[in-house]
Amino acid sequence: MKEFFLQFQDPNTQWVLFGTLLLGLSSGVLGSFALLRKQSLIGDAMAHAALPGVCIAFLLYGSKSLFWFIIGAAISGFISTWLIHIIVKKSRIKEDSAIGIVLSVFFGFGIVLLTYIQNESTGNKSGLDDFIFGQAASLVKSDVILISTISVVLLLLTTLFYKEFKIITFDPSFAKGIGLPVKWFDSILIIMIVLAVVIGLQTVGVILMAAMLITPAIAARYWTDRLSFMIILAGLIGAFSGGVGTLISTTTKGLPTGPLIIVAATSIFILSLIFGPKKGLLQAFIKHLKLRKKTALNQFLLSLYDLNEQSLHSKLFSEIEVFEKRKISKSLQQYVIKELSNKGLISVEDGQVSLTDKGLEAAYELVLNHRLYETYLMHELEFQEVMSHKEFSISLLTEKEKQKLYQLLELHGRKPVLVPNSLRAHKKKVFIHEL
Amino acid sequence: MSYEAWILLTASLVGASCGLIGSFLVLRKMAMLSDAISHSVLLGIVGAYFISQSLSGVYMLIGAGIVGLLTTLFVQLLSDKGVQSDAAIGVVFTFLFAIGVILLSLYGGNVHLDVEHALMGEIAFIPWDTLEINGVDIGPKSVWMLGFVLVINVLLTILFYKEFKISAFDPEMALALGIPVTFFHYLQMTMLSLTTVASFDSVGAILVVAMLIVPAATAYLLTDRLIHMLWMSIAIGVLSAFIGYYSASLFNVSISGAMATATGILFALAFIFSPLHGLLGKWLAQKNVRMEVKKG
Repeated sequence: MKEFFLQFQDPNTQWVLFGTLLLGLSSGVLGSFALLRKQSLIGDAMAHAALPGVCIAFLLYGSKSLFWFIIGAAISGFISTWLIHIIVKKSRIKEDSAIGIVLSVFFGFGIVLLTYIQNESTGNKSGLDDFIFGQAASLVKSDVILISTISVVLLLLTTLFYKEFKIITFDPSFAKGIGLPVKWFDSILIIMIVLAVVIGLQTVGVILMAAMLITPAIAARYWTDRLSFMIILAGLIGAFSGGVGTLISTTTKGLPTGPLIIVAATSIFILSLIFGPKKGLLQAFIKHLKLRKKTALNQFLLSLYDLNEQSLHSKLFSEIEVFEKRKISKSLQQYVIKELSNKGLISVEDGQVSLTDKGLEAAYELVLNHRLYETYLMHELEFQEVMSHKEFSISLLTEKEKQKLYQLLELHGRKPVLVPNSLRAHKKKVFIHEL
Repeated sequence: MSYEAWILLTASLVGASCGLIGSFLVLRKMAMLSDAISHSVLLGIVGAYFISQSLSGVYMLIGAGIVGLLTTLFVQLLSDKGVQSDAAIGVVFTFLFAIGVILLSLYGGNVHLDVEHALMGEIAFIPWDTLEINGVDIGPKSVWMLGFVLVINVLLTILFYKEFKISAFDPEMALALGIPVTFFHYLQMTMLSLTTVASFDSVGAILVVAMLIVPAATAYLLTDRLIHMLWMSIAIGVLSAFIGYYSASLFNVSISGAMATATGILFALAFIFSPLHGLLGKWLAQKNVRMEVKKG
């Protein structure tokens, strides 16, 4: 622990930490757009495709310079996205294959150039390998200043064009309709994403850089449905992962920073996947349980009503009989009986159940709706509105259609026979009126 | 056999195995899954090394096969849980690769197993790493491993040709016919993992991706029939291996890098000149239509 704090006081560590924090922030923010535009893997291609750009920059400039490397990487990264776009547009190759083609060929060509430089040049080429796997420790003060400047510019531009980026991301045709230069903003966004990728290459490396874009954004997605919150959250998650990864890597010699940052980000993603309030697994599981319980209650009432309807004289039925009619899972049977009698919908006497007046009312509503839906499904094509089970409600039908549905119900002999006392007078009138 | 011949044979075997399974990946729009698997098998190889404490090919094949399958499973799991499938791929393989790199740098310091090697491969050393049985030198290990995987791939493809074909072009119909689509999916993924890891050691992960996707995509531009696509993709893979090898020795650069570049050049040629789906072919067809419209 003491060593940890000593490391932390080292000015070089502080610089690297500052750099990775800003890096995580900007890649998280721009990654959100990449994710929502379904371009996550294009980030992977951009990162791989940056390698030949870096090598060509080295060949032209003659020595190691992060500034020229970033320029070279950005140009070849941009060319790679353009090529993917052209391949998809002009041939029958699908996007995933196009990404794979560009990624592997550019990277292969990068390796060719790298070995060429290693064989031919006498200069210092050791810095080039860093780009493949990332080497945060090799960052010097001037590198960090350059990376931070670009990050800050990217963040400012995102704030400035937030509205435009939002519209072209969610509804490009609407954006066109209101006269936004969509292509222009598309290109700006792509260039910004390319820049976010290339400034991370020296720290994280070309292979893992894609994760810096994708993982924080997808983690943030589980906490909010609002773009503004998602962007801020993704930025924070990226920065946090960057910081944690850098700090852990300083504690043990030989631990690579890039992979640690990615592992930190992925851990946050896994936590979000489980606990996130939007679509999180735990949330979905609880929802599922609730729905299961509700369905079991409804099933029981439906069965009990059916049994009542079939034998007009007897009102008492054994629990087992009701459970048999519509299968209810053993684990829920006790709950169903308890819950329904607590609500006063059924009365229970040693294993025999019967509907109370209140229960009959509830069951009648359920059965009527259920049977109307059955009938509706049988004659679905005769109705204008096509509804799915979730949305089905009689109130969505027009008056005429409602009458038709009641007529069909009568025709099929599916009209619920047992009408609760409270509704009897009123409902009869309605039926007579309607039929 | 000469040094050169062994290298060419190894690379051709890689090209053939990858071309075969790659065609199905391209058709099933799962090309990026091969990128994911080729990266994450690193974890399988590292894991196999830690458990078995040896660098024997069999353990590597098993380890990589397991991690390859895990990758597809995780990707499937995440997409089932509502994660966009491209993002799911990106999250899973980077995570597994990162763990592999961390393990390697923590414990694998002095083993013959470095990340760079795994990624770029060192095909130039293949001919010296030979297999001996009863003291008789029977050729490079990689050639045997790759040959073995190729034979399995070819046999499985012949055996299940119809099933592979239907699930590639019309998975719904395959399901309706009662073909166990999921089983064939995982069978192909196992074939993919095995191919990847067998090629991994000799040519490196990146060339594997290139050999899997690019020749198959090139063949896809040249023909409309699956059987033709399969052999063309194999032939293009082998051709790229030859072009790559000779240009690499000419310029004294990385052999696998040059092979990947060669696949790219062949793809670019097909993209422009393919009579069926190339730019030029389409342009000519359009021109013909225009002439006919003028005439008629």
